[in-house]
Amino acid sequence: MEPVPVTVIGGFLGAGKTTLVNHLLRQSGGQRIAVLVNDFGDLPIDDALIEAREGNLLRLAGGCVCCSFGSDLLDALRQLRNLLPAPQHVLLECSGVALPAAVARTLTLLPGLPLDAVLVLADAETVRERAADRYVGELVLQQLAEADLIVLNKCDLVDPAALSELQSWLAQRAPRARQLSCSHGGLDPTLLLDIGRAGSRASGHLGGPALRAPPAADTLFDSLSLEFDHAVDPARLATALADPSLPLLRAKGLLRDAAGHWSALQLVGRRSTIGPLAHPPALPRLVCIAARGALDAPSIRALLAHCAV
Amino acid sequence: MSITLFQARKIITMNPSRPLATHVAVRDGRILGAGTPEELACWGPYRLETRLADKVLMPGLVEGHSHLMEGVFWRFVYCGWFDRRDPDGRVWAGAKSLQEVFERLQRAQAALADPARPLTGWGFDPIYFDNRRCVREDLDRVSTTRPVGMIHASGHIINCNSVALAAVGWLRTGIDHPGVPLGADGMPTGELKGPEAMMLVSERLGLDRGTLAGDQTGLRMFSRLCVRAGVTTATDLASPLPDEALPMLQATTAADDFPTRIVPLLRLMGAPEPTVQRAAALRAQSSDRLRLGRVKIVADGSIQGFSARLRWPGYVNGAPNGLWYLAPQQLQQALALALQHGVQVHVHTNGDEATDAVLDGMEQALQAHPRPDHRFTLQHCQLADAAQFRRMRALGLCVNLFANHHYYWGDEHYRLTVGPERATRMNACATALASGVPFAIHSDAPITPLGPLFTAWCAMHRLTASGRVLGEHERIGVADALRAITLGAAYTLKLDGEVGSIECGKRADFCVLDDDPLAVPSMQLKELPVWGVVQDGRIFAASELPTG
Repeated sequence: MEPVPVTVIGGFLGAGKTTLVNHLLRQSGGQRIAVLVNDFGDLPIDDALIEAREGNLLRLAGGCVCCSFGSDLLDALRQLRNLLPAPQHVLLECSGVALPAAVARTLTLLPGLPLDAVLVLADAETVRERAADRYVGELVLQQLAEADLIVLNKCDLVDPAALSELQSWLAQRAPRARQLSCSHGGLDPTLLLDIGRAGSRASGHLGGPALRAPPAADTLFDSLSLEFDHAVDPARLATALADPSLPLLRAKGLLRDAAGHWSALQLVGRRSTIGPLAHPPALPRLVCIAARGALDAPSIRALLAHCAV
Repeated sequence: MSITLFQARKIITMNPSRPLATHVAVRDGRILGAGTPEELACWGPYRLETRLADKVLMPGLVEGHSHLMEGVFWRFVYCGWFDRRDPDGRVWAGAKSLQEVFERLQRAQAALADPARPLTGWGFDPIYFDNRRCVREDLDRVSTTRPVGMIHASGHIINCNSVALAAVGWLRTGIDHPGVPLGADGMPTGELKGPEAMMLVSERLGLDRGTLAGDQTGLRMFSRLCVRAGVTTATDLASPLPDEALPMLQATTAADDFPTRIVPLLRLMGAPEPTVQRAAALRAQSSDRLRLGRVKIVADGSIQGFSARLRWPGYVNGAPNGLWYLAPQQLQQALALALQHGVQVHVHTNGDEATDAVLDGMEQALQAHPRPDHRFTLQHCQLADAAQFRRMRALGLCVNLFANHHYYWGDEHYRLTVGPERATRMNACATALASGVPFAIHSDAPITPLGPLFTAWCAMHRLTASGRVLGEHERIGVADALRAITLGAAYTLKLDGEVGSIECGKRADFCVLDDDPLAVPSMQLKELPVWGVVQDGRIFAASELPTG
């Protein structure tokens, strides 16, 4: 069975996790996404999209599924592993009081469900108030500190000065996490789903619409796509790309090492993983995405040269 | 309509207007009155029942916090340190060393013909073996062909052998989970901590949730344990109560030979609306011996597991604060919704911060949805201080304190979890009394054995397993302790108008004792022999219960 990457989506009650998950489901670009939610209660799925209900599992049009796990996450994950056809990506929405790192560790109990990234949402309007709450303040801060990528949501509700102050505050609270801002959970799916294969799993090539820069209407991100012909040390490149000085939100590399072996490098926020690559392209490639204005193309090119072997 | 007049050596009625009697008249499973034969003759001709003439009767005991799981466990091998009586009345000697535990499992495995059949133990408690951890190699010596595992007394840990690990694909490296400690070889040691780590192996051992929640055999075994403990009303706190389990519960409890009134609480999972509405709907499916319609909420974890939410200054060993099982905001919403729909809620809190969250939540919820006499109840509530008891009183809350816990784990709390002062105030029955908070005391069976007389003894003496009196000022007297295991527990279930005392109009539920709990030396209360019960007017002698 091919590994299915899992994105863990955390954040306190009301941060917008469900809205985000719903948005990603609609924007999956033909990928078979499996969504795991605590319970269906708040997930407004259009009845017309539901093809079948099987207990705690909804099969949606387009090959996506939605599964509620209640108190039994492991059981739901096991169910997903046995699904046919297998999902290509799992989005795991934590309960509002869960610690996402703990949820991520649960993934190691079953084979074939590697962690892709821990994403934590924060409500721009209320997160600081929550973080000072007597009962849950500690928990909210802990959730943020465990993020690879913090998504500051509902930014339309705060003025720019307050937003900038909030971003500095977050950077202090969770110095290792990358940050990005959005409203209404409107996150570009490219940032979370496998940017190399949306809609074109069989080809195994980087290519198709998802490889290109995000749609022109979306001015939040800059991206860089490089094709090169030399071998690199994938581990060294992964570490270099994850460095906070290079605030990448997302990267994918299809790399060849000195021995001629191919591997796939995935980076989401501060987390990078290196996995096997079954269908290598003609030439090695690297795609990087950062917030608009934060993409340092010369440094990335320099790194790539530096990691050449 | 026939009347039975039960004659006894003494009847402790718990009815303040007439505390003692020698006879009680019963018709249709209900009490006509307690008094003298001359007084009771006013109801007409009766049949005199003299089988209990040399016994002492009390109101049938009420266990306000137990689990049907106690009846399920006995199909497995008992591996506990303390002696424990099974549903057939046989006392299993405690296993006093690790060696004894392993020998016991080896004997049980030798008796199994099928080499692939799993072997399961329960009640294991390595605290008493200098905390020497049991590892998979230990249990590999029991069997290398079948899955072997033991669930701990706490219910929160399983030890298993290599076959069990291999069966779930865990005899490998690469697992990174706090509940699955690894050995030097990078493979699991066979100790599995917490529900998530336990789940897969549990299923291989017959310890899956569905079974533990109580099947028909488990329910019958549980009821036999109740008869042996003098219990006529017992809670199952809590159950998922799936629709498919209801016909079994209804049919089993309705049988003429079923001796216990069962009160299952519906466990809240996820969004509160569906659970509260379902509980309200379930009420109509109740019968005399199956009382549905209440909800249980779990707010935090356990103190000895360091998963309870504590206020400042937290755990004495510096462990990080515990876990919210649901957010205080969600808790408050659930309480408000339940108040609005008139569904009674019992909330598990162990740490004092979790208790504060319930008190704050109730204060807000009651402002939105005032409901006189709601009797929402804090369960365990082990660490509450005097100010919190005063707030309980002000908010109309009841409390059910975990008196048995004090005996089994009090030493650990003193030494390891909360330190001497707070360990001393845990399960503060005397403070509950002084504050005017209606209270009960409980066993949480199977975590500790079902037996309200032992529970009463614990609350009276506050002795720990090592013999320390932990909190002498929180001890209560025999009258208050006996009230807590009858009317006290009945009150927390809103059943005190029906059970909990022997007086006109109530169910004919009696605990039948060989001796007088008010007269025996108080240190002996826990050994007081229970002859059996009368439930709904039917006599059940422990010695005549079916076995096997």
